[in-house]
Amino acid sequence: MVKIGLLYDQLRPDERLIIEAAKSNGVDLTLCDTNELALDLTDANNSFNVADVFLQRCVSYFRSIHITATLEAQGKNVINSFKAASICGNKLLTSICLSRAKIPTPHTYVAFTQESSLHALEQIGYPAILKPVVGSWGRLVAIIKDSESARSIIEAHEYMHPIQQVYYIQEKIKRPNRDIRCFVIGERAVAAMYRHAPSDEWRTNTARGGVAESLLVTPELEELSIRAAQAVGGGAFGVDLMETESGLVVHEVNHTTEFKNIVRVTHADIPRLLLEYTLQQAKK
Amino acid sequence: MSEEKCPDCEAVIHVPPDAVDGEIVTCPDCGLDLEVHTTGEKRTIKPVVLEKEDWGE
Repeated sequence: MVKIGLLYDQLRPDERLIIEAAKSNGVDLTLCDTNELALDLTDANNSFNVADVFLQRCVSYFRSIHITATLEAQGKNVINSFKAASICGNKLLTSICLSRAKIPTPHTYVAFTQESSLHALEQIGYPAILKPVVGSWGRLVAIIKDSESARSIIEAHEYMHPIQQVYYIQEKIKRPNRDIRCFVIGERAVAAMYRHAPSDEWRTNTARGGVAESLLVTPELEELSIRAAQAVGGGAFGVDLMETESGLVVHEVNHTTEFKNIVRVTHADIPRLLLEYTLQQAKK
Repeated sequence: MSEEKCPDCEAVIHVPPDAVDGEIVTCPDCGLDLEVHTTGEKRTIKPVVLEKEDWGE
């Protein structure tokens, strides 16, 4: 029987749903607490043999990609792959992949100094969005309304970690006060939901209080979400999209997607589907 | 399934019998995230701050 290793750093309600789905579907699941993990990078015998395939669920981006890289080097399959996770965890790399695949995505610049950022902002037009290239749950995402606020915000970034001095500047899409999260597993869009921004917020992240509402997966949504998932390397993803006057645009592809809210509102059995997909990948 | 009381709103929270130390459970009433702590037979839950710099989906 194929054994799945569930890699985690914090066991959240999402991972609990995976554990319960494994129990009710007879899946052999081993919990791998990465807080206790020490992997030998020079081990030629690949002795970390607790599972045949791994489901990567670490909340920490840096921890997850380094563990995945190590396990892949030892010949293990990990969902999602190092390549896909590295791309999805970095907004600049995601934008490049989406753009190359001709998937509609917001107009975006990257700049590295205050002056070049101001130039990029003039090209894009105000208001615009400044996002960290690595970061989640809407942290440090800022609306820049004019050059004065741009100078202040960028100056504050100059005192932060150097990764915050990679200025990823994106046009502010005119959209309803909601966005769309579509969950893709392999070549299927299995569920979708609206994420409504709370009344005192423009960010729709449910971690920021965004409210989830079930949404029917339309052919357009399915086609675009699957193409976005394939553009970053294929696997299991939460694809984020916005509605514009000219159609849907993809702005993010998430690689260790939280799903408790989409499961709650759509009743899609994402934990079981994730386990089935992971088992399929073990056989490849 | 054991029952614990939410420290914020006092709602009943069902904790899985095989909950691991550090597992996060959510209060069904107020949505507060709580961390399970196990010491031998004793089990407690307390609010958790779930955010570090590179955390998230």
